[in-house]
Amino acid sequence: MLILDALSKTYKTGDTALSDVSLTVPKGQIMGLIGPSGAGKSTLIRCINRLVEPTGGKVLLNDVDLVGLGKRELRQQRRRIGMIFQEYALVERLTVMENVLSGRLGYVPFWRSYLRRFPAEDITRAYALLDRVGLLEHADKRADALSGGQRQRVGIARALAQDPELLLVDEPTASLDPKTSRQIMRLLIEICAERGLPAIVNIHDVPLAQQFMQRIVGLRAGRVVFDGPPDLLTQDALTTIYGEEDWNAMRKGDEEQSAAEADARERLAALVV
Amino acid sequence: MSITYPTRWKRPPQIIRDRHWRIAVQIGIVVYLVLALGTVDVNWTRVYEGLERGQRFVLGFLQPDFTSRWRDISNGLIESLTMTLTSTVVGVAISVPIGIGAARNIAPVWIYRICRSIIAISRALQEIIIAIFLVAMFGFGPFAGFLTLSFATIGFIAKLLADDIEEIEEAQAEAIRATGASWWQVVNYAVQPQVMPRLIGLSLYRLDINFRESAVIGIVGAGGIGATLNTAISRYEYDSAGAILLIIIGIVMVAEYSSSYLRKFLQ
Repeated sequence: MLILDALSKTYKTGDTALSDVSLTVPKGQIMGLIGPSGAGKSTLIRCINRLVEPTGGKVLLNDVDLVGLGKRELRQQRRRIGMIFQEYALVERLTVMENVLSGRLGYVPFWRSYLRRFPAEDITRAYALLDRVGLLEHADKRADALSGGQRQRVGIARALAQDPELLLVDEPTASLDPKTSRQIMRLLIEICAERGLPAIVNIHDVPLAQQFMQRIVGLRAGRVVFDGPPDLLTQDALTTIYGEEDWNAMRKGDEEQSAAEADARERLAALVV
Repeated sequence: MSITYPTRWKRPPQIIRDRHWRIAVQIGIVVYLVLALGTVDVNWTRVYEGLERGQRFVLGFLQPDFTSRWRDISNGLIESLTMTLTSTVVGVAISVPIGIGAARNIAPVWIYRICRSIIAISRALQEIIIAIFLVAMFGFGPFAGFLTLSFATIGFIAKLLADDIEEIEEAQAEAIRATGASWWQVVNYAVQPQVMPRLIGLSLYRLDINFRESAVIGIVGAGGIGATLNTAISRYEYDSAGAILLIIIGIVMVAEYSSSYLRKFLQ
């Protein structure tokens, strides 16, 4: 369980990115974080594993306060938090296997990681994860040889290699096409369900959030302005989060798209039969 | 009735906006150039005598004598090549930690300052100055040359490596950091793969710079083919000197082409 208590972040420039954010994410819950650009979504999830230092408040992950830990303790706690990035953030020139194994870096001494001599169970786990995300035969390829969707799968495997207790997911589908986006979201949901993992997912595609998230939190100018299940995300709620816009037209567009997708699926099914 | 748009367009001045200033600066440059040329005092009789010596030199080039001083030449060459290779290896080995320390995005401020100062010192002192100094310290011969080139290599490689590290894709380092990796692991997993091809390329480039420099610093006594060349010139053996210069040109060309081929192959 993750508890954020009055989390705040003010950058050195004086910009307030987060003010007084309090949230509780229970085990197994997948929470979508939506909001306009600059609302503080990215800052929020980076404050949890302290890639960004919060300026106030508490972050409790299963009763350990992550704010104010020393360097060594922080590294040990970071192992418990898997992170998946926008644009994948794989190390391009390393192999897929090295990228997945890098999820174990917090657990092994430097000499093992330097010589790429990871313990047998880590290697077995890495293979199992690659198999789970469907990339077993790509293990020895360089990460930059993969397609966008495949790279994000490697990103997921890397995060899971940490054996995390929480997943932080930053715009996982920002650079993927609609179909691949949905496949990646589905994979994430399945994996979280399998492991009872809580997850916070930054996402700016509202229909995608509504389709996949169990709970949606809307952030505007660093404050929580909406918190509820996806079906409560009405036109009014969207206006509070994003400002005035013709939401119905957008939804209609999305309905058209899903209708077209369904149509294509039916035709494909007909062809197969 | 439609609006008529202009048919002529001129690029607006980019550096000095004001027309008067622009003209003043242009006139200033011309005046300075005329005055500066006026102070150069050319002694035409000496130029004439020099031409004659130059002619002998060119003739020496046209009939290079590889054989009569071949022993000296080959010793000088071997010395130079040894100096080049060892100083590059040692220089690069020392440059890597200094370069990492001089990268602002991964090193703490105090280490950054120290490493940047080492780089600044190494770059401020030109090879010949260091060579003169080290020859005075350790005596004539290739050891002084080896130290000179190693020292110069540090300034070159460490600076370019540090600049390269500062330009890595931060997202990859952030992702590795987020797994709970230590500083060394971040360097090994996120930084090294991003800068390695360039580090290899720079080292090869430095190898051929060091060979060229070894010929120059030999003239001030730091051993190698430069020393042989210097001796040949002071003995007025322009045919041997010509042979040495041709060999240097040949080796530099081979090094240049092979290192650029290797660099292309690596990328």
